Amino acid sequence: MKQFTSNPFYKFILFPIGQMLVFILGASLALSLFIILLAFLFRSNVTDFDLVERTLLILPQVLINGITIGFVYATIALGYTMVYGVLEFINFSHSEIFMVGGIVGVELMAYFDHTGALQTMNQYVVIGLAILLGMVISGSLAVTIERIAYKPLRGAPRLVPLISAIGMSFFLQDAVRLILSLTTGEFNVILPNFGTFDEFLILAVPGIENPLRFQIKSILLVGVTVIMLVGLNYLVNGTKVGKAIRAVAQDRPSASLMGINVNLIISITFLIGGALGGAAGVLFAIKATRLDPFVGFFPGLKAFTAAVLGGIGNLTGALLGGLILGLLESFGASYLSIFTNGAFGAEYKDILAFAILIIVLIIRPSGLLGQTVAQKA
Amino acid sequence: MNKRLLALLSVLVLASMLLAACGQPVATEAPVATDAPATEAPATEAPTEAPVAMGTIKIATQSPLSGGQSLLGVAIKQGAELALEQLGGDLTAMGYDVQLAPYDDQATPDVGVANAKNIVADTEILCGVGHLNSGVMIPSSEEYHTAGLAFISPANTNPVVTTRGYLEVNRVVGRDDVQAPAAEEYAFSTLGAKSVYVIHDKTAYGQGVAEFFRTAAEEDGIEILAFEGTEETANFDAIVTPLVASNPDVVFFAGIYNQAGVFFKQAREAGFEGTFLGTDGMDSSDLADLAGDALTSGGGMAYTTVAGPASAYPAAATFAADYEAKFGAAPEAYAAQAYDSMGVCLASIKAAAEAAGGTPTRAQVAEAIRAVTYEGLTSTIAFDEIGDLPVAKYFIIKVNATSKDTWASNEIIASFDLPSPGK
Repeated sequence: MKQFTSNPFYKFILFPIGQMLVFILGASLALSLFIILLAFLFRSNVTDFDLVERTLLILPQVLINGITIGFVYATIALGYTMVYGVLEFINFSHSEIFMVGGIVGVELMAYFDHTGALQTMNQYVVIGLAILLGMVISGSLAVTIERIAYKPLRGAPRLVPLISAIGMSFFLQDAVRLILSLTTGEFNVILPNFGTFDEFLILAVPGIENPLRFQIKSILLVGVTVIMLVGLNYLVNGTKVGKAIRAVAQDRPSASLMGINVNLIISITFLIGGALGGAAGVLFAIKATRLDPFVGFFPGLKAFTAAVLGGIGNLTGALLGGLILGLLESFGASYLSIFTNGAFGAEYKDILAFAILIIVLIIRPSGLLGQTVAQKA
Repeated sequence: MNKRLLALLSVLVLASMLLAACGQPVATEAPVATDAPATEAPATEAPTEAPVAMGTIKIATQSPLSGGQSLLGVAIKQGAELALEQLGGDLTAMGYDVQLAPYDDQATPDVGVANAKNIVADTEILCGVGHLNSGVMIPSSEEYHTAGLAFISPANTNPVVTTRGYLEVNRVVGRDDVQAPAAEEYAFSTLGAKSVYVIHDKTAYGQGVAEFFRTAAEEDGIEILAFEGTEETANFDAIVTPLVASNPDVVFFAGIYNQAGVFFKQAREAGFEGTFLGTDGMDSSDLADLAGDALTSGGGMAYTTVAGPASAYPAAATFAADYEAKFGAAPEAYAAQAYDSMGVCLASIKAAAEAAGGTPTRAQVAEAIRAVTYEGLTSTIAFDEIGDLPVAKYFIIKVNATSKDTWASNEIIASFDLPSPGK
């Protein structure tokens, strides 16, 4: 058994994927059962249509939507949680790093479209290049921001870098707005049409009336994020750099005494977090098809919430928190209107999601998987 | 110490790059906006007539010149600019230096109100053309009303814009409480819709239109499957899923094209086969770029508007040609309306100046606007006692375009002249 668990294939590939599957299935199952129970309870209140039937009809699609957006949140949340792990501060400009990644990726595709290469190139190569460029730009942007806006404040009280991060976030929004609107005054960035991403993979399941519809870009999004999460898990838990990151996170002065270059490790942490955010931005752009400089704010805020929900500083927690928040939001948006007979619509989805977040934090203040740590500063 | 110096330097370099970058368009923008009538006219006419210098008159425009709705906002500014250039001669002959003062409201109420304070503070501004968004016009016009500065709106359709009864607020287009019922009538009679899903953008304009549509639909017995507001601009999955499941005949979207385009695309992808219906906020060629095939597949897409394409107005043919020659693009919706609004401003200032025997006051201009009968491109403009047109034009347009370039192929399937409901 010992030999089996120390097998790297098991430890770094099977185990994290299995963990993700458990999270997805667990959260989906719990929420599905809850909503079906509610449907049975309120069945007699709704007369226009059969509530249980309607609930079951859209349930598979609601789950797919929730898991897709959940993976986006999880990938962004990792950026927040990694930085918090090593520096104990919230990098609020991370939502703009996400946005920059998306815009850079779309601009690259628009460039290919402009030169006419887009229609002839393999669509997955295009996406791969866009993600790669998004990762490089966002990663280096994150490192630059750390050098300029956070490093000089490292000894300062904890609120000071926080304010610096918020300022950086506004600065980036308007800098991107300025750059995009230089030529036309227009800062919408629209994804060019190409490839087969808009099509659906239709899966007929016996016993379910409507076949399940998986959009190719949703599958792509989940697939790429899973690969990145497995990669990150290996990096943090299986390599020397990862060991150094964990050491710095646990005790910075001691790590420094052990000969670890703390500044370098902090930069690497920002690089990884930024690159993940940039990749998430490109994937989100493919899904949403239109971006602007302010598009990062809400996903960023939700991802930060997901990180807190899962237990900030904990990588697995960020994944779990992202998935749960995505599912909650999807359930809220799709079912609120049906269950309240139109009194509360999809616009109240965030209130529902955040109400649940508050309840969870009252019961477990350190988050679902977080450990209570003594305050350092 | 060294590293800190390096960081400081890199910030400085970054800042100087930004300044250099943003300095350019500002420098080129300003002369384009103001020089044409001001410098050319006196230069050519001076030797023959030598008018006595009477001072400067400015006419403001306020519309979103940047951001997601800038295509329409820029059309308003450019329409007004062209009108000033072509029709400003009368005032220049009287010795006035007439200038355009364009402001960017970014489609945001806060910015609009801040600009409005600047506009009313500039005493040379005697009249204004704007805004694009009712939600921006309503709070901004409180400032204009307090200062007594007349504004003519080329695009605002929310009834509240004029029903407050302000002397200073006028519009050359129709109203939502006529437009939305016209859209509903189209859905009910022409499309034969039995159920409808209503989505709005939570702005004064969107929610207002949606409410009028809902009231009319309830009267005709169309089933309202949902009435949802959303500010989402990117990922509509969660709204689209219950929508597709409830299978409405028509989806009515009350909002602006930049949000609607993404929503239409995602709803079509998720399997909605019915018809999309919208109002004048959809009237932009950018919609076709955002939504693509979603506009023509399934039940297609149609919208009502208060501003038909230039081809719908016989008098606007030369305007469309001049506009394209000057700005290098066909006029978007509201450009002709902005041209007319500016025309009314100029004619009223002239009338007021003649009556006053000198530079008129803002109050005199506001009074003159209500008294004027102006032969515009889009209609004969004469305002009623609250600043509406007594009879306004409405159009129903079916979209045939799937990209920006083919937007002109959209077809006017009906047009009506309907009276204003008044106060």
